[in-house]
Amino acid sequence: MAKIVVDVMLKPEILDPQGNAVASALPRLGFTFATSVRQGKRFEIEVVGDPTSEQLAEVEKAAEVLLSNPVIENYVVRVEK
Amino acid sequence: MRVGVITFPGTLDDRDAARAVIAGGAEAVALWHADADLKNVDAVILPGGFSYGDYLRCGAISRFAPVMKLVIEAAGKGMPVLGICNGFQVLCESHLLPGALTRNSDLHFLCRDQEIEITNTQTAWTSSYSVGQKIVIPLKNGEGSFQCDDETLAQLEGEGRVIARYVGQNPNGSRNLIAGISNARGNVVGLMPHPEHAIDALTGPTAEGLGFFTSILNAMVK
Repeated sequence: MAKIVVDVMLKPEILDPQGNAVASALPRLGFTFATSVRQGKRFEIEVVGDPTSEQLAEVEKAAEVLLSNPVIENYVVRVEK
Repeated sequence: MRVGVITFPGTLDDRDAARAVIAGGAEAVALWHADADLKNVDAVILPGGFSYGDYLRCGAISRFAPVMKLVIEAAGKGMPVLGICNGFQVLCESHLLPGALTRNSDLHFLCRDQEIEITNTQTAWTSSYSVGQKIVIPLKNGEGSFQCDDETLAQLEGEGRVIARYVGQNPNGSRNLIAGISNARGNVVGLMPHPEHAIDALTGPTAEGLGFFTSILNAMVK
């Protein structure tokens, strides 16, 4: 069943101490690939059947009002099969 | 004079806030997050804690509590509102104040006595102080780093709306050492450290937080 996914990330200019902590933990474990890590949130939303365009518009609204704080965060809404 | 103190599920500092209101010389009125009226209060305090478990983001869910609709309306009409710590976060999420409070830059929950400098005494909550006065009150939070975009920061600084700054080393990564701000009108104030825990020498590091609660009486008498 398809679900609606909302990814919420801190805006690039906002300091992300959690991402920085992860970035500094990686090399301690021998993982040397990362030049930067940003940490965000992912919401998985299920609806009956396949999401309609009306439902996606509602989710967009909810993402703006509740799921993200537009002062510090960006969000992306998408459908995942 | 009646000062409401709101309790959300997960609020911790409502008792101390009410005690500080009484010490300041006003009557403390308990308000519940689900209340549909403000019980004729003259001012409102949103105390510290972890309202709604801080789920999603600090203050994000409290913003939609029934009582907050009334607080937002009343604040728009000029009622004095003070948000302390979690209350500050709720005021930002409610868009009564600009910016946001994010995770402390070193990721630690801080709990310590903190020196701050009062930088604006024109607000409803800071008139008992003098500009440049330094006071020591507790700071205790995990998400106290004040963040906003450059434009907002310039506006806050340009309009003198930074009401208090941390003294010395930046404890949490807040921009421009900001510990508290006000709205343009000066009736809504948010503050990260806790004046309600510093109203007498017996239970606090100092009694220097009391000024926030006596200021509100001056604001009403005017």
